Amino acid sequence: MTAIAARLTRPGFAAGGALALLFVVSLVVGVGDVSLSRLTHDPEAWRLVFASRLPRTLAAVLAGAGLAVAGLVMQALARNRFVEPTTAGTDQSAAAGVLLMTLLWPSSSLPVKTAGAAAAALAGTSVFLAVAHRLPPNQPFLVPLFGLIYGAVLGSAAMFVAWQADLIQFFEIWTRGEFSGVLRGRYELLWLSAAMVALAWWAADRLTILSLGRDVSIGLGLDYQAMMRLGLVIVSVVSALTVVVVGMIPFVGLVAPNLVTRALGDDLRRAAPWTAFVGAALTLGCDILGRIVRYPYEIPVGTILGAVGAALFLWLLFGRRA
Amino acid sequence: MIRIENVSFARGGTEILRDVSLELPSGGVTAIVGPNGAGKSTLLSLIGRLQPLQAGRITVGGHAVDSTPGAELAKVLAILRQDNGVASRLRVRELVAFGRFPHSRGRLSNEDRAHVAASLAAFGLDAFAERFVETLSGGQRQRALIAMAFCQDTPCLLLDEPLNNLDMFHARDLMRRLRAAADERGRTVVAVLHDINHAAAYADRIVAMKDGRVVADGPPAELMTPETLERVFGHRIRVTTIDGRPVALHHL
Repeated sequence: MTAIAARLTRPGFAAGGALALLFVVSLVVGVGDVSLSRLTHDPEAWRLVFASRLPRTLAAVLAGAGLAVAGLVMQALARNRFVEPTTAGTDQSAAAGVLLMTLLWPSSSLPVKTAGAAAAALAGTSVFLAVAHRLPPNQPFLVPLFGLIYGAVLGSAAMFVAWQADLIQFFEIWTRGEFSGVLRGRYELLWLSAAMVALAWWAADRLTILSLGRDVSIGLGLDYQAMMRLGLVIVSVVSALTVVVVGMIPFVGLVAPNLVTRALGDDLRRAAPWTAFVGAALTLGCDILGRIVRYPYEIPVGTILGAVGAALFLWLLFGRRA
Repeated sequence: MIRIENVSFARGGTEILRDVSLELPSGGVTAIVGPNGAGKSTLLSLIGRLQPLQAGRITVGGHAVDSTPGAELAKVLAILRQDNGVASRLRVRELVAFGRFPHSRGRLSNEDRAHVAASLAAFGLDAFAERFVETLSGGQRQRALIAMAFCQDTPCLLLDEPLNNLDMFHARDLMRRLRAAADERGRTVVAVLHDINHAAAYADRIVAMKDGRVVADGPPAELMTPETLERVFGHRIRVTTIDGRPVALHHL
């Protein structure tokens, strides 16, 4: 027992240390000068930290962890390793939802718009899963392929509406993930995605059974439909929150779960905390990278993740076989 | 005890089961045999409430399968389906431990762990216990799934073609374990079997189905006659007796 504990905690400490380091780096890297030496005497630097850097860093950690776990849950629901909310219509539905809320009810508050986005994401993802479960299981690439087409169709339809309504600029904000606009008072909704991660952890055993299919789930006495709905809520709420607050962030939901489950396996009880960790570190790391590469200009995190995530994913596909 | 009353089932306009009634007393091994498309798997999945009942009534141990809460039924019956496409990255030990879920609800007690260890040992899985299911061969995977169903430790065990992918050693071993489960623990085992000789050697009773109906039902000695087998399977089959057991030479 102690041997297992030692084996689990050493990487745990290492990962915790790495994330803490990224956290500190994120607080001091950026256009405004917040070097550690300046922090010792300049209260203005601290104001910058609390108004902008800390919210930005927390937003990246919360969004990254949430998206990674949402990807993990979605892969369990779809019984397919190659789907994630940004490539299977969930995020596109969420963007369409917030667009509709903006059109029909422009004065609604951010939480209300988010609720609209979550409802749309729920509907869009339900359709995706209904189709995914009808595709032949011996052809695993059909599911992500269908997801890509479905997501692209939804996204294009939404963009057409946005263009007609002269809301393209808003639409870009929702579809292009970026943390540079995150300030205190503008990101706090993302804490809800931490709650969704906790929910996934709480239901981890049942979500794992769900990934074994309908027959096994029912055989073990699970309320299959209810669990499916719970998983859908987790995925949809996390996606809607990120789309509304920071915009679509690709690949985190794909790469983080795949990296983790390749090493630790599909048992969500074991994989979910690590997935959250990897997702947070990946997102925060890419955001920091985006601040450094063209300093003093910034590259949106979505763009950086597109490149880094694609490279990681190709490595997962073609790299060493486990 | 499993009671099936006037069950009919149709899918896409095709009748799969036509007015099937059966009563299987507690304890004992029942084999369901019959040609492809006879409705065996459908009947088993209806008993295991994997599909909704369309007509008729099924009770297992007095619980109506269509109205008893799923979590409660999971302590009464375990079902192993055919073609479990479980290509999961779960470790074999984790998969088998999920068989305890109806009892443990995710928190394994020492008793649960003992069940898991016993099932792993019984099906020769100790050497694979820490391997991912997706890395196993078809037969090893089948054994892991059977171990999971055994681990659920229910009075009633339903198995759809459990011998699929198993080699001769493990096929015989499984049949002996089913026999022992019935004799020593009083479990009710219902298995869809393709090999009539496995059925004849280990089952107390054989139910033969064809075209959605039960066409013969009785102890092996009674059912294993050339006439009955021809009626069920469609060709003349020689039946001989070895050590007092009927053996069908169906491959000749």
